[in-house]
Amino acid sequence: MSSAKPTGAASGAPVIGPGHSLASVTDQISKIVLSRQTPTGWFIGLGVAMLGVGVLITAIGWLLWWGLGVWGINQPVGWGFAIINFVWWIGIGHAGTLISAILLLLKQEWRTSINRFAEAMTLFAVMCAGVFPLLHVGRPWLAYWLLPYPNTMGMWPQFRSPLLWDVFAVSTYATVSALFWYVGLIPDLATLRDRAKSLVWKRIYGALALGWRGAARHWERYETAYGLLAGLATPLVVSVHTVVSFDFAVSVIPGWHATIMPPYFVAGAIFSGFAMVLTLAIPIRRIFGLEDFITMKHLDNMAKVILATGMIVCYGYAMEAFFAWYSGSPYERYMIVNRMLGPYGWSYWALITCNLLVPQLLWSSAVRRNIAALFAIAIVVNVGMWLERFVIVVTSLHRDYLPSSWGMYYPTVWDWALYIGTIGLFFFLLFLFIRFLPMISIFEMRTLVPATGEEPPKKGLHIAASAGPSGEARRP
Amino acid sequence: MSHTTPTAANDAPRTGPWRSLEERAARVGGSEPEHSHEHSHEHDQDHDHAAPRPSNALLSSVEVARRDFLRVMGGSLAAAGAAACTRQPDERIHAYGASPEALIPGKPLYFATAMPWASGALGLLVESHMGRPTKVEGNPDHPASLGATDAFAQASVLELYDPTRAQLVRRNGAISTWSAFLDEFSALLEAQRASGGVGLRILTPTVVSPTLHAQLVALLKTFPSAVWTQWSAHNRDRARAGALAALGVDVAAHPDLSRAKVVLSLDDDFLAGPGGVRNARAFAAARRARRDTQSMLRLYCVESSVSITGAAADHRLPARPSVLAAVAARIATKVGVATAALPLAPEHERWADAVAADLLAHRGECVVLVGLEQAPGLHALAHAVNHALGAVGQTLRYTEPVECASVDQGAELRALVGDLQAGRVELLVVLEGNPVYDAPADLGLRDAFAKARVRVALSLFDNETTQLSNWHVPATHFLESWSDARAFDGTISIVQPLIAPLYGGKSSHELVAVMAGAATAKAYDLVRAHWQSQHEDDDFESAWKRALHDGLLAGKRFSARSVALANAATKLAVATGDGLEWVLRTDDSAYDGRFAANAWLQECPRPLTKLTWDNAVLIGVASAERAGLASGDVVALTIDGARLEAPVWVTPGHAEECITLPLGYGRTSAGPIGTGVGFDAYVFTRRSGAWSGAGAKLERLERKHEFAPAQEHHDMERRDLVRTLPLGALDSAKVHPALAHGETSLYPPHAYNGVAFGMVIDLNSCIGCNACVIACQSENSIPVVGKEEVINGREMHWLRIDRYYEGDPSDPRVLLQPVPCMHCEAAPCEVVCPVGATTHSPEGLNEMTYNRCVGTRYCSNNCPYKVRRFNFLAYADLETESLKLQRNPDVTVRTRGVMEKCTYCVQRIQEKRIGARREGREVGGDEIVTACQQVCPAQAITFGDINNPQSAVAKLRTEPHHYGLLEELNTKPRTTYLAKASAPNPQLVAGTGEAR
Repeated sequence: MSSAKPTGAASGAPVIGPGHSLASVTDQISKIVLSRQTPTGWFIGLGVAMLGVGVLITAIGWLLWWGLGVWGINQPVGWGFAIINFVWWIGIGHAGTLISAILLLLKQEWRTSINRFAEAMTLFAVMCAGVFPLLHVGRPWLAYWLLPYPNTMGMWPQFRSPLLWDVFAVSTYATVSALFWYVGLIPDLATLRDRAKSLVWKRIYGALALGWRGAARHWERYETAYGLLAGLATPLVVSVHTVVSFDFAVSVIPGWHATIMPPYFVAGAIFSGFAMVLTLAIPIRRIFGLEDFITMKHLDNMAKVILATGMIVCYGYAMEAFFAWYSGSPYERYMIVNRMLGPYGWSYWALITCNLLVPQLLWSSAVRRNIAALFAIAIVVNVGMWLERFVIVVTSLHRDYLPSSWGMYYPTVWDWALYIGTIGLFFFLLFLFIRFLPMISIFEMRTLVPATGEEPPKKGLHIAASAGPSGEARRP
Repeated sequence: MSHTTPTAANDAPRTGPWRSLEERAARVGGSEPEHSHEHSHEHDQDHDHAAPRPSNALLSSVEVARRDFLRVMGGSLAAAGAAACTRQPDERIHAYGASPEALIPGKPLYFATAMPWASGALGLLVESHMGRPTKVEGNPDHPASLGATDAFAQASVLELYDPTRAQLVRRNGAISTWSAFLDEFSALLEAQRASGGVGLRILTPTVVSPTLHAQLVALLKTFPSAVWTQWSAHNRDRARAGALAALGVDVAAHPDLSRAKVVLSLDDDFLAGPGGVRNARAFAAARRARRDTQSMLRLYCVESSVSITGAAADHRLPARPSVLAAVAARIATKVGVATAALPLAPEHERWADAVAADLLAHRGECVVLVGLEQAPGLHALAHAVNHALGAVGQTLRYTEPVECASVDQGAELRALVGDLQAGRVELLVVLEGNPVYDAPADLGLRDAFAKARVRVALSLFDNETTQLSNWHVPATHFLESWSDARAFDGTISIVQPLIAPLYGGKSSHELVAVMAGAATAKAYDLVRAHWQSQHEDDDFESAWKRALHDGLLAGKRFSARSVALANAATKLAVATGDGLEWVLRTDDSAYDGRFAANAWLQECPRPLTKLTWDNAVLIGVASAERAGLASGDVVALTIDGARLEAPVWVTPGHAEECITLPLGYGRTSAGPIGTGVGFDAYVFTRRSGAWSGAGAKLERLERKHEFAPAQEHHDMERRDLVRTLPLGALDSAKVHPALAHGETSLYPPHAYNGVAFGMVIDLNSCIGCNACVIACQSENSIPVVGKEEVINGREMHWLRIDRYYEGDPSDPRVLLQPVPCMHCEAAPCEVVCPVGATTHSPEGLNEMTYNRCVGTRYCSNNCPYKVRRFNFLAYADLETESLKLQRNPDVTVRTRGVMEKCTYCVQRIQEKRIGARREGREVGGDEIVTACQQVCPAQAITFGDINNPQSAVAKLRTEPHHYGLLEELNTKPRTTYLAKASAPNPQLVAGTGEAR
């Protein structure tokens, strides 16, 4: 706890609002879940999201019935929205893992209030991302051939293909993210079990809590498991998007074939992920009155991460242009000129505006403290990062080596439908999550309570220092 | 064999082909056992009745048995198709009790036949799989083919199996029967017989069949007052008039390009179309550039439109018709032919003078060619020029024309329309052709047609003419009927059927025989009897057998006719008028309209414009700019009172102040494929027979038309894709200097021991005629995707021809490059496939395993040549029964979601390899012939074993101008190119200051 500087001068804001006790933290977070009164807004939100899910199901059905021809992909642009959206969603997922795992290992405890739903966001984003690679193949019913399993055909996948690496990277990532999230939930599930009034919910949460009693041995094992998972997840933050970038970097296509791709993709992923966390956190803390837990300090820190990773991404853009010139290859040079001035030039300049120019506003602390401005910038970065993937995928493919084969790519209504559908799915899952699970880690938040000055700080391991959640619940 | 439940038979949709109304009626209504009996009985009867009874011979016995087999198969296939695939057919089916001799199941047989054209037959060898013709090849022994074909012949096999072919005799549109037709037709003829046929008119396309000609001549003896009229839209009328004016006799001029050093084409697209095959062969041979080549044939081309001949020219002058006439007059004057001078711009004068000087320098080794579309005066002038240049007898040979009866078709048609309008025609019999569609618009044939009391049309398809006819008798396709046809040089080919008529059609021979009173005569007997009567020797049978086997009758070539110039002095008439000049042209895909319903041809990118599924008003770049027009703008086009709304296509290299109107589109009755595609330029055809004129007015309408070009970008972007090198310095081929790092790799090179397949494409020979594109489509069962999907960029051709423009857009150099799969040794596609569906064979083939492909399209993205094709939708038509018969049984049909691409015709490789293995040897260096290679009229494609130093392909790879496309990427392509060679006239290079 020595690193805890709750009222640090640099941040200018605490990581938890004043006046909170251990009980008030538990009450305030768990009541969102346990309250019988579901806010009307939640129903509206869930309804809208379900419409999106309906669009998703329709788009998938149409696609499976007719084939990939319902999309705008063609010769030469063999990949379109599906891959763009896949990379975009995977990128968004990154912030969750980064916040939970890396910041945990770095003992950045300001992460505590946002890690739970950032992890949920990761999980849902990976689910949305997973829709695309499966559906973008011509014969999705045979997509399992990408898995190495013993079979009568005596065939293995082709291990040199980055698409195969993708399968491993993304499935590993999805598994570890899900485990990490679930393990982190266990103590809170026990709290909910103990506090739930209805027998049904007691049973459900009880089953999910895996018999957690808050014993010291439980905490010890929890700490070990959580630490190990964090250690496992940390390299994944780097590896997943590195592997995704190999899809492009390993190819021979100008605009794809670049060594800058892996770091640039990882930075881009964190950049877009934090923007998405901000996009979600700002309305949620407002709606559910969580300003005391997700404080200005959090928003400020996230803005700074966005600024930093944004600069790395822009360094990537600069290097792409530099190496196109420096390579001396006419194909590379044409690629960058075409990217800037070709038929899709608008997308490049929109991307530069969104990812390079607008985030510069975050240098100003006034902007970082302005919630509306932060929200707007986060949205702009989300759009910008989507455009980045559009630029990489489409403008590289549509004009490669032989001018005779150059063409254009125009997304169809079904491209949009599937994209909007996954956004619907994402929010659908998110709405379910905030209603049925504690979106902020209760037990971890309670470790911050000493910082409010209401209760004396305790010594020792920060988690073990607090009493077990069940014990807490028993307090009258 | 077995009888299944009758209820199932009634439930199933009856969509399969059937051969007669009786059969159909029986199938729909009849009770099962009885039906089965009837069916087999009918076959037996048919067989006895129809099969020829040769006294001798292997070939004929195969023939009989094969056709017999087909009869049975036809019926049972239809039933099998109509019902679900798990049922046995309702009808009695016959086992292959006694296999026909020479037929090994799974092995194709080849039969010689010929495709008849107005300009002479094209000899063919047709591949037959178990009685189904699947692929057309050229007949190497035939003088018009020499083993190659054009795109039309390649697509003819699709025409045969077209499900929209006319399948029933129809009376005023309603279903009728052949016997009902015979009853009425015989009565009508009987009525005519009394008057000597005064009300009888027969309209045919140009007849090149001696048998049909003899039949018609005999018929006209029975009906002395009847009139036989010939009409083909793209006819020889103007050339005929020109020959008559200059030489006094109607002769056809045949250039001998093998002896020519300099050729001047006055808008003669002699490399394209039905006659282009043999010309392309000779032209390519005369221009073949190899290490030691010192000189090659030089081609000058003056043309108004754009053509592959113009693209192949060393010097091409885009000139509207009036300028073309003036250039021709200037050249004529310079070489000593007296003709009135016409006004000419100085730069054109310079061009004409340089050409004239070159022609004079090659006296006796040069020839001037004139397009069929040109005015008689220009033909006459060219005869004079060729005489003056000593070409006649050296590079030019005169023979009698190919038509059996050469007439002024325009005059004949005018007379017919006159008779029709006067109500003198009682019975009009149209034997194939589509005169209602393609007759000159101002003749008013469409209106006059209905004035004939009874109109009978024999036609393969429903068309504009059958729509206005009382009777429509379905015709036989040339692949299912007996006939004969003369080639351009008089060589006779016997047209052999490869399959029994699919829909019980009748041939022209049979219908004429009906008119002559022999209702049951069979085309086979008629053709055979005709040649038997012509035969002088005793042993006709062996001569006949030989003719069927070889595809031609020996000793029937025309001898050269020596003709003297009768009238040298001519004055060229030049059309004048306000507005743009215009030219009409047959289309590279639809020709005169007859192929408008052929999906392969419709989707085949036109050689120069790369348009598919459309024709367009072609206009030059500067003219379009002046008129404020862009490609796709719809204009109202007015010529001589006729008005049409049509979209324009801005065409680099098109003559300025001039438009081209491709014929053959805007069909109103051409089935689901051809109806309503493009606009009908026939509205501008006139009784004068002029194919060009002046006074076209364009008015831009505020409307756009969406074209489906297969290639959108025309500039090579300074990339080293199509290389052009000066003849004599062919070793100056260098890779792009910035990328010249040679082959570098961290890995040791892979050793290819044994056979290593490779292909070399000679860009100097390729004329871009598209024959290879359609041959590939036919050989590999490549689906058609339709206009929408071409717009979406999803055309499926495994072999495409890239076309680039270089230089001034008004007069660019056109560069053509066929691009199949490169079969890279270091193939970028292979490493990225996650399931290993595309792999490398030990011989260096880049193989595609369709079964394994899950369709990630990563391979296509990573292919620098973009030769891979993806089944975005279910493109292959797996339902239409007749199309199933067409497919190559050695090639897998690809389903939705699967990638495909050029395989180097791996099925042909396997066939030869198996053959070689059985003989215990390696496959020969030149033994395997790919479909594109076999069809190429210019012999531009060479395939074989690059490890065998004796193979043609290995030798070509050592040529100095040999290079690989994008070889700087280290893909090590197995398909490589020979650079284009240039040997321009130095005078013209200096004169125009343009380096070519």
